[in-house]
Amino acid sequence: METFVFYVFSAFMVLSALMVITVNNPVKAAFFLVLTFFASAAIWLLLEAEFLAIILIIVYVGAVMVLFLFVVMMLDINMTKLKEGFVRNMPVAVAVAVAMFATIYFIVGGKTFDSYNFAPPERHGADYSNVSELGQVLYTEYVFAFEIAAVILLVGIVAAISLTLRRRPNTRHQKIEQQVAVKSKDRLRVIKVEPQERK
Amino acid sequence: MLTLTHFMVLGAILFSISMAGVFINRKNVIILLMCVELMLLAVNTNFIAFSHFLGDSAGQVFVFFILTVAAAEAAIGLAILVVLFRNKRTINVEELDTLKG
Repeated sequence: METFVFYVFSAFMVLSALMVITVNNPVKAAFFLVLTFFASAAIWLLLEAEFLAIILIIVYVGAVMVLFLFVVMMLDINMTKLKEGFVRNMPVAVAVAVAMFATIYFIVGGKTFDSYNFAPPERHGADYSNVSELGQVLYTEYVFAFEIAAVILLVGIVAAISLTLRRRPNTRHQKIEQQVAVKSKDRLRVIKVEPQERK
Repeated sequence: MLTLTHFMVLGAILFSISMAGVFINRKNVIILLMCVELMLLAVNTNFIAFSHFLGDSAGQVFVFFILTVAAAEAAIGLAILVVLFRNKRTINVEELDTLKG
């Protein structure tokens, strides 16, 4: 049963990854990448990494891929020029991919990582909590790395905002500090008007 | 019966596909960023498989940090892409030759 689930979701993952790199439209590529993430979340669930599987869907599909879609749809890109050289580069790409896969398979495909050396561990019971186990080590052993990750996210926010912030000189802004600091005598002038006889 | 080899080979296939994607889409920066995300996904799958089969949660903690850094990387990469498109009206890699590299 587990093997069946593994093969179904691996097939989804590999096919949608192939679609990501071959479709013309970047919007479609983003959607196929979402499908890849979902299939890989299922694979991670099979490996009892429930927290990371749900984080992958929430953070990656929910935030990062939506950001991708925003950017893809905001820019109007001439796709025909970007597709030039697709066929020309294809043999090189296939050769490199096959060579790379063969190299990795030469290492991992043999007897090194089979069930003789790495026996599949016992499945945890229903009372096992992956989240609490991760939290136990994350906030004790890895707390320094955790803080650094928070700083990296902060730097990411600041960098993304400061990169895309656009200063346009001709727009009319409110100057709040001048509005607040204004005195009543700057705005209102009382003048004395002498009454005059009508002629 | 699932062995560690199954997951390692799956990661290898995914990594090779994304490598091929970098080669055939070498003009479109958006697809290149997506290929980088795919590579990170392959590496994360390997980490989680090792973590499961060794019974050590350190691999999952590492994946957690990789996801954090990858999110920051995607945000900054897309911000750079938007600025690039605003200034040069293109995202074609071959037209980005200002540095004369």
